[in-house]
Amino acid sequence: MIKLEKVNKYFGDLHVLKDVTLQVAEGEKLVIIGPSGSGKSTTVRCMNFLEEPTSGQVYINGTLLTHKNKRQLIRDNMSMVFQQFNLYPHMTVLKNLTLAPTKLLHKSKQEAEALAFHYLEVVGLTDKAHVYPSTLSGGQQQRIAIARALCAETKIILFDEPTSALDPETIQEVLEVMVRLAKENITMVVVTHEMGFARQVADRVVFMADGQILEEGSPEHFFTDPQHERVKQFLGKIIK
Amino acid sequence: MELFSVASWAKVWAYRTTFLLGFGNTLRTAVFALLLSMVLGVIFGLAATSGKKALVAVARVYVEIIQNTPLLLQICFLYYALAFSGQNVEIITTGIVALGVYHGAYVAEVVRAGIEAIPRGQFEAALSQGFGYLGYMYYIILPQSIKIILPPMVNQVVNLIKNTSCLYIIGGADLISLTYSFVTGATTGGAYAPAYFVCGLLFFIVCFPLSTLAGMWESALKNRDARVNTATKNVEGVA
Repeated sequence: MIKLEKVNKYFGDLHVLKDVTLQVAEGEKLVIIGPSGSGKSTTVRCMNFLEEPTSGQVYINGTLLTHKNKRQLIRDNMSMVFQQFNLYPHMTVLKNLTLAPTKLLHKSKQEAEALAFHYLEVVGLTDKAHVYPSTLSGGQQQRIAIARALCAETKIILFDEPTSALDPETIQEVLEVMVRLAKENITMVVVTHEMGFARQVADRVVFMADGQILEEGSPEHFFTDPQHERVKQFLGKIIK
Repeated sequence: MELFSVASWAKVWAYRTTFLLGFGNTLRTAVFALLLSMVLGVIFGLAATSGKKALVAVARVYVEIIQNTPLLLQICFLYYALAFSGQNVEIITTGIVALGVYHGAYVAEVVRAGIEAIPRGQFEAALSQGFGYLGYMYYIILPQSIKIILPPMVNQVVNLIKNTSCLYIIGGADLISLTYSFVTGATTGGAYAPAYFVCGLLFFIVCFPLSTLAGMWESALKNRDARVNTATKNVEGVA
């Protein structure tokens, strides 16, 4: 479904991704963990070309992602949920959810609104359809952002630290929605520090440090028998 | 002669159509120059934020040249330099072009600042949905920028109206030029104080409401932003 091949990324002189090779299968729930500045976010951002790799290839469904075809390929295949939600503040929730489906995916207003209400129900916020995002709590905004991603009905959803900007008490409501999504056949790539979530939904966990993948495996493997010293240290700090 | 004598007021009143004519010319010049400055401002403002090196450079050169040379020089250059090269340009056209190009540079900066004020995340959300440049500018970025752009834009309009006075240097038919001809004219001369008072009043009644509007607009926006900032949690970016 997604394939990164020897992806390198430089920001100026800073070498943030070093030969990252990674495959995500259809329907797989992949969780990427690791310390700050390890290149986790840059890795998912390369998957939809928010960052274009300095070298290396990204394939979506077997098609090489390029600067030219990225718009169409992204539109048809993937959505993203951001740390800062990034809802459009000048539009109501409903408009946030129907904008891309009507303008990019050629759905009628009725179709798009029906879809929007369906996914608002999935995230439990049907009563917020006509309010502006600034009136919502962080957790609610993120659930709306997830609904917006779902409205594109793409097979892949990328999550870039979806709970890192949230109050502790609202993290749970967002994670619950994501756990429910994980039961669908959606391919999910999730950068997160929520180890409970990783353990519960991940098919595979990838540990990154210094722009490289140090270790990957099943959640059981990671949380019971990590091999790498760096991984042991990291997990030791996070899980008490 | 008394500064504000009854006789001098009467003289101004007798020639009121001269003032209205000048006022009309000033407004006409301002309106067309404004349209030109908006077109240039939007084009160069978008170029400056395009991220394309060549376009950014062109916009930068335009803005820096215009902002770092006097308007009077630009007007003279356009009028006299072109006149001597054999081009016959009308004074009012010269005024519209010179003022339009001059304020276009300032409008370009206002537009650029308005676009740059929109958080990166808005562009990224739009890109992640598959919007292209035109799509995200039209639906997502510009509707948010416009609120930031409008108050300083109104201030530009005020400056533009006042700057029509510079056309005096090429002997335009604007309000300032006609007032000057009036007070120095062989048959009409002498009524300096009332004439310039009336001239100033005409500028004031157009400019004052506009700049007041801009000021109110700006503080309303600031209040609204303050409310939004306290309502939503401030979150730190993570690398």
